[in-house]
Formats: sequence, C-alpha cells, structure tokens
Amino acid sequence: MTLAQLNKGEKAIIEDLNTDLVPLKLIEMGCLPGNQIELLQLAPFKDPLFLNVNGAQVAIRKETAEHIQVKRTAE
Amino acid sequence: MSKRIKVALIGNPNTGKSSVFNLLTGLQQKTGNYPGITVEKKEGFCRLTKELSATIFDLPGTYSLNASSLDENVVIELLMNRKHKDFPDVAVIVADIENIKRNLLLFTQIKDLGIPSILVVNMSDRMRRKGISLDVEMMEHELNTKIVLTSTLKKEGIDTLKTQIANYNQLENSSCLNFRDIDPDYFASLQKTFPNQSIYKLWLVITQDVNFANIDRNTIQSTNGDHTRSTSFLKRLQQRETIKRYQFINEVLKKSLQINREQATDFQSRLDRILTHRFWGYVIFFVILLTIFQAIYDWSGYPMDAIDSAFVSMSEWAKTNLPSWFVPKLIAEGIIPGLGGVVIFIPQIAILFVFISILEETGYMSRVVFLMDRVLRRFGLSGKSVVPLISGTACAIPAIMATRNIENWKERLITILVTPFTTCSARLPVYLILIALVIPDTRVLGANLQGLVLMGLYLLGFGMALVGAYVLQLVLKLPHKTAFVVEMPNYRIPILRNVGITVYNKTKSFVLEAGKIILAISVLLWVLASNGPSSSFGDAEAIVGQEQGLTQTELEQKISAYKLEQSYLGYVGKFIEPAIAPLGYDWKIGIAIVSSFAAREVFVGTLATIYNVGADEEDTIKNRMADEVHADGKPVFTLASGMSLMIFYAFAMQCMSTLAIVRKETNSWKWPAIQLVVMTLIAYLAAFATFQVL
Repeated sequence: MTLAQLNKGEKAIIEDLNTDLVPLKLIEMGCLPGNQIELLQLAPFKDPLFLNVNGAQVAIRKETAEHIQVKRTAE
Repeated sequence: MSKRIKVALIGNPNTGKSSVFNLLTGLQQKTGNYPGITVEKKEGFCRLTKELSATIFDLPGTYSLNASSLDENVVIELLMNRKHKDFPDVAVIVADIENIKRNLLLFTQIKDLGIPSILVVNMSDRMRRKGISLDVEMMEHELNTKIVLTSTLKKEGIDTLKTQIANYNQLENSSCLNFRDIDPDYFASLQKTFPNQSIYKLWLVITQDVNFANIDRNTIQSTNGDHTRSTSFLKRLQQRETIKRYQFINEVLKKSLQINREQATDFQSRLDRILTHRFWGYVIFFVILLTIFQAIYDWSGYPMDAIDSAFVSMSEWAKTNLPSWFVPKLIAEGIIPGLGGVVIFIPQIAILFVFISILEETGYMSRVVFLMDRVLRRFGLSGKSVVPLISGTACAIPAIMATRNIENWKERLITILVTPFTTCSARLPVYLILIALVIPDTRVLGANLQGLVLMGLYLLGFGMALVGAYVLQLVLKLPHKTAFVVEMPNYRIPILRNVGITVYNKTKSFVLEAGKIILAISVLLWVLASNGPSSSFGDAEAIVGQEQGLTQTELEQKISAYKLEQSYLGYVGKFIEPAIAPLGYDWKIGIAIVSSFAAREVFVGTLATIYNVGADEEDTIKNRMADEVHADGKPVFTLASGMSLMIFYAFAMQCMSTLAIVRKETNSWKWPAIQLVVMTLIAYLAAFATFQVL
C-alpha cells in the first residue's frame, strides 16, 4: 500500500520509495526505507498529509505520498 | 592591531539560527541581496575579544547542501568557493535539540567540505522539560568538533560561543563520511580522474551543477569515467549517501543522547489536533485573520493622521518660509509631500509585520500553509501563497517579496502576478472618499451600507486574485517539478526581540524600495503640474485676476486651478478624456488617475488640488466633489461614475513601485508589462460595464 492510503492516526514502516519522484529534501528529513512514519493529520480531501517521519514533522502533498510504499504497523 | 575574521552561520530553518545571529550582532547588522538574485543577504558585526572581531554572515536557512531552492544555492556556492570574498574562516552550524538528528545531516556535509566547524545546540533550555540528556564531551569526541549549548530564549551560551569562534584555529578538520562506502567503483574512479581534489566537492559539482577550482560539470562529463550518467542513477547514490550519513549520526547519538519519550510532545499534538482540524482549524484561522485586519485599521489610524498633518504643516511651513524659486519650491511642494506619501504607510506595514512575524515565530504559519494548500492549489497557487495574499492588504511590495519561499516557480509566479489585486492600503483613502460621496449612509438588514460596500470591495480584490490565478494556471505553460515539502515546526513562544528586528528590517526595505520610486514620481508629477506649454500658464495670475468680486483666498484657489488646467498634466488629462469619458470620468479625474501611478492615494490629494481646497480638509473635498458638474449641468459624481471609479481602482495596476519589484523578482520586464496591460484592461472594461449598467 502507499502512504496516501494510510488513515489518520495510523503508523507504518516505510518499505520503498520512488527515488525519482520523491524529493531529496524529504529523504533527507529521514523519509527512508525502514523508518517509521505516522499520519498525524489530514486536510480536507485527504490532501496534504501532515506526517511525523523519523521524529520530523512535515506536510507533503498526496501526489508525493503516492510514491512512498509503506507497511501499516499495529498500535 | 585588531583582526577581523569571517564567520558563516548555517542551519536548518526553524532552529533559532536568526536568534543566535541577533544575539551575536545586536542591531549591528545590514541586509541586502546577493548580486543578481533575490535572496536576502544578512551580515552583522561582532566583537569576539579585544584583539579579534568577526563579520557574521547569516546564510539562508538550508536543510542540506543538496540545494532545492535559490536560498540553498547561495549557501553551497559560497561554501564551495575558497576565493569568494565572503568565504568563511569558520562555520557555525546551528542545530536545535529536538531535531538534532536531522540537523546533524547538514553538519556532516559542511564538515566534509573541510571547513572548520563549530556545532551550536540551541534551545538547550527545553532539554530537561523534554526529557533529553546530552553527553556533550562524548559528542564532541565522536564528531571531532567543539559544541556550544545555547538558549536564545534565556540568552545563554553566547559568550561561550564567542570564545569558541575566537579559538577557531584549534578546530580539527576530518570527514564524517567515507564515500567509498557508498559506491566503491564509482567514487574510486572519480578520485582517480581528479586525484588532488576533495571527493565530496567533486560529487557536489556533479549533483549540484556548481563549480570550484575551475572544475564544473562539463569538465567532469568530458572525462572518460562516465561520472555524470543519468539523473536517476545519481539520485539513487544521493539516497545512499543520505542513508550512510544517518547511520553515522545514529551511531553518534546512540553514544551521546538519551531521550525519555514520555514527557515529550503531548501538549504539541493536542494543539495540532485543534489548530489543523478540518473544520475548527479553518474557523480559528479566519478569526485570527479578522482580528489582524481589525487591529491594522484600528491601530494605524492615529499615527497615520499624525504623520499626514505633520507633513502638511511641514510643507506649509516650507512654502511660507523658503524663497520661491525652483529648488525650494520643489522641496516644499514636490519632495515633502512625496516623502509623506511613503511614510504614511509605515504604521500599517509595521503592524501587519508584527502579526505575520508572530505567526511565523510561533510555528502557526506552517499550519495555515497546510490548511490552505489544497484550496489554493485549485487556483494554481500554493499553501505558501497565503502570506503574500494577506500581506497584500497592507502593501503589494512586501507581499511580493514574501513569495520567495515558494519553491515551485509556476506557483510563485502566479502568486506574484495576482497579489496586486488584493486591496492594498493605498486604495483605502480612494474608497473611503468615494463611498462617502455616492453611497447613502443607511442601514441594510442592520448593517451600515457604506461598510458593506467597503467589505465588498475587499472581497472583490481577493476574488479577482483567485480568478486571475485560475486563468493564469490554465494559460501559463511552465514546467513545475518542484514538490511541496513543508516542515511543521514545534509551537514556540515568540521571542519579541526577533519580532522587533523583523518588523524593523521589513519596514526599512519597504521605505527604501518603494520610497525611491514614489518620491521620484511625485517630483515628476509636481514638475508636470507646475509647468505648462503655453504662455497662459505663466499668465494665470493676470488672466484669473480679471474676474471681479473674489476674495483673496478664492482668487488664489482659482489661480491654482487654472494653472493645473494649463499645465502639462492638465493637457495629459484632457488628452485622455475621450478614452475615459465612457467610464463616466472627466479630464480632472483623468489627471487624478494619471497621478495615481506614483501611489494610488495621491488621487485624493490631486483632486484636492484640482478642486482647489486644502489637502487635509477631507470634508471640504467631499463637498466640492459633490458640487462638481459636467458641462451640461449633471453632477460628475453619481452612483454610476463613483462605483465605476472604485471598480477601476480595484483592478487597475497603478503602482510603479509594485511594477519595479515584480521586475526585480521575476528578473524580466515581460511580467510587469503583462501585469500593467492586462490589469489596466480588466479595470477599464469592468469600470465601463459598471458605468453603463448603473
């Protein structure tokens, strides 16, 4: 599943990402395979997404989130 | 003999880097632009010891040396070039304790460049509250650097930092990363081709397209190692580089940092649950917005009146006391009122920036960006366009400068192009006098009709900005690849000192940027208005003087009105009269519109001159305007012509200073020219329609 399909409040582990389409800036914030990601808040229309990635809080658009593969983790 | 060294202050945005800068330099700072580009350059002076002082460069906030914006480009170009006149003797990297992992990424990059580096860990006052403990000695050892703990809130650690900077030549240089670990073959071959160069610098030349030591991307491309390959290959290596850097950082932190997560971010996330809520978030934002507008107009009234009357009496004083040849008259009637036209906006701009910088300092502005992004994207804008659009209600000039942090060029350009539609404060005096004149002072559904019309004009401005953006989005064919990544910093109590310095700097740059142009045009208009092509201009006294039965004041007023009619400016007004007659205006209004190109609020002053009354007696101007009739005896200012005029002012591009700033920010005359033509055309058509319908 992709990050865009995650529900509000859920946590996941990043599995893979499309290096060509995910901005390096996000990768450098710690959006890397193996790191934990939490969806803190969603704006209306599920876009943008307010995330906690590896301790950094950041907002990205859905179009970027669709290129990040994640695996949901249980609470 | 005292020596001066150069210090570069580097750090991620939101780490308190600017607070450290403010504490090191106080008000001994100057801001400007880097040559050729619109990135703000800040430098300041700091005395370190008796013998040693420093020039501190506050470089733009950057997440990494892999640049994704103009701001970040500036940093890398400076740090790569040892011959640059600002190349630092020592780099101070500011990190904040709560985001230290991410902040250290930049630190390792700077250190790998071989520049002596000091690490500042800021906001150390929050450590205990957040359950964080840091083994400074261990970390210094692991990173092979010197670390200074600071708290800019409590002003702690700055003296220690000064001492460390003064001892910069004791810092050791060593790299954090071994590039052979990332891709042994690739980097070994790269090093073999350029055996004397730092491998990290070569790598940055390839990925960032900068040059150093006369090596640029093409030089490397022309070697036979195939080192530039595909972007996709390079990006994979960059990702691997980032992973390696984090592995290194994690090792360092494992030994030196302990976090007791339990006391951590509870309050913060509760605040975010309300402030970014999909319903309440918007309600709160609009309440804040309304409060800001209210405050701007409530608070700025008194200082603006005071400034206005101060300049009027200064001008009066100069008129009576200076000799009456060209230069003193220019000062009294051209320069002083021109300066007044600039200074009068300072209260509103200062108050607006007090609010904006508080919202930014607290971290709330990023939440607004998050909330508004989707809505504004529909119109081709970005969540980051919110700040320019709000600032535009004070003045388009600082607003357009505030678009700089929109990374996506298409979104930024659209924001720049539509911002002048928002109702800036220069339109306000025009609206106020016209509303008072043509809109009846009655109540509709319990609300004051005049107030409703004014509100309608504000909404019209915003609405037009959105419509304009929507159309531009469809018309403009520009590649827009840059993605949207906004950091959501933790909420913080704003530091008043920082707010004060921001307000001071923004206001100063407004006065300098816009001031020059407003002043120049005021002077030009004055010259045009006080000289005429035919002899009847010079003979005004004699011609008007023939009329009988006028009092002294009436005579003077008549003379000045006659002079204006016969001046170059009067001819301009008459010349454009056929064009503006369908909108319901006569040549006198034409003059007022032309003179509005200096600044829109000049409209009122010009009418005052034309209708020969003292500039500050608004009530009298209103009465004179009400009495004004066309040649056929019908009043000039009716509901139709008044509304048409307001619509014209709402849409027209009548601000030279804005055009100049757009020219600067877009680096071409094309965009301001398009803005001028299109906006004026829209204004003309809309005003025409209004006049014909009403």
